[in-house]
Amino acid sequence: MSVPASGAIDCDVHPALPNTQVLLPYFDAYWKEHVQMRGLDRDNYNAAAFPVNAPINGRPDWRPEKGVPGSDFAMLQSQALDGFQNRFAICNVLHGAQAILSEDLSAAFCRAINDWIAAEWLARDPRLRASIVVPMHSPELAAKEIERCAADPRFVQVLVWEMQELPLGRRQHWPIYRAATDHDLPIGVHAGSSYRHPPTNLGWPSYYLEDYVSWSTGFAGVLNSLISEGVFVEFPRLKVVLMESGVTWLPAWMWRANKTWRGVRAEVPWLDKSPADYAREHVRLTIQPFDAPPEQGQLQRIIEEIDCDDMLLFATDYPHWHFDGTDALPDGLPDALVRKILVDNAMKTYPRLS
Amino acid sequence: MARHVVATVGEITPGRSKIVTVAGREIGVFNVADAFYALVNRCPHEGAALCLGAVVGRFESDRPGDYRLTRHGEMLRCPWHGWEFDIKTGESWCHPDSVKARSYPVTVVPGKALAKGPFVAETVQVTIEQDYVVVEL
Repeated sequence: MSVPASGAIDCDVHPALPNTQVLLPYFDAYWKEHVQMRGLDRDNYNAAAFPVNAPINGRPDWRPEKGVPGSDFAMLQSQALDGFQNRFAICNVLHGAQAILSEDLSAAFCRAINDWIAAEWLARDPRLRASIVVPMHSPELAAKEIERCAADPRFVQVLVWEMQELPLGRRQHWPIYRAATDHDLPIGVHAGSSYRHPPTNLGWPSYYLEDYVSWSTGFAGVLNSLISEGVFVEFPRLKVVLMESGVTWLPAWMWRANKTWRGVRAEVPWLDKSPADYAREHVRLTIQPFDAPPEQGQLQRIIEEIDCDDMLLFATDYPHWHFDGTDALPDGLPDALVRKILVDNAMKTYPRLS
Repeated sequence: MARHVVATVGEITPGRSKIVTVAGREIGVFNVADAFYALVNRCPHEGAALCLGAVVGRFESDRPGDYRLTRHGEMLRCPWHGWEFDIKTGESWCHPDSVKARSYPVTVVPGKALAKGPFVAETVQVTIEQDYVVVEL
């Protein structure tokens, strides 16, 4: 169905860097010269998770005539913001810089991207908000970048890849969660990988088909790690938003996680409720792509099994290609739930939205 | 409810248990630090012989990395799926309100008092010199 009301909060749109040169003004003198000397500005740092020609990167009518989908400000403004009459849209820049192996260079790129999105996008439309990109493999520098950006209230979230050097729950990452919680920033976990490890459980895939489809199991791994390691016990106010994760795997995950937890919960004694209940309290999922079953009754069944109206957040995933026209919502959602998905759930998840 | 004499006190030493059949029902009688408790020998989950499970403590924690073993010897771990039950109440750790093993009142009664009856002692010879474990159901 199309979005029935104006004023929705789009929790996942993707402005893209047209090229790396646009970042040069946003590096400090040292890193600018470093980048130029090495010719790094001639590389596009396209995220390996989203190869340039993959159809998913841009819906045909959302692709600019020239350049990368999402790189044209006016198009995003008219198609995503005006087109869906959104009150806010949260910009998530997907970029390879977050995975550059040198922690310092990665951090320098992340600083430049955050300053670029603030100056070139957020400043040009009051409806835009953004996620802070961080070098996740360097928790100290990532936390420092969160502290630096948090002074700007238009940053409402921290953006990380789903698959990192280590599972997201590991304690090495906790300085990041501490900084995020201190500033009311949820952790937005976006589909994709830093490719330190194969993106499937089985080893390296041969084809993008295997790679992309495997990501939903990666998200189940994210929840297993965050919950088992006790991240939500240590940071009781932390919210985690899964973006581009799909939704219908969630009830099956809840069942498996709960069933196994009942038998082995003694190894993670800090958990005082079931994994599904931690997810219901702390985890949110954006609604595009919604891997909805064809029958409305089946969708209703899935919603009932999730058993929590607070978990789903509206998103178009602009300009990624998951649906055509304006049908950003699956058919058959109850009206009260639609209202929560469009506005209320996001307002609760992102305390800095205002 | 009838009183069933299921063992002499000395027969079930602290930390040990005895499986008995009372009125056609298998029941596990546990001695936890010289106090006696009885649970049905059937896990409410899938029907395993619950009382044959390991007797363990309660693993607790306030936050990740913090570990505390409490209530030593007061929990029972089902041999099939590892669900933990409180020997004293039959409550499961995970769902104490909805998943419970049936528990029965147990008392220790001197043989002298038992002699007045009524009681049922299908397999235990009662004499007035000893103390007995009595399950009510």
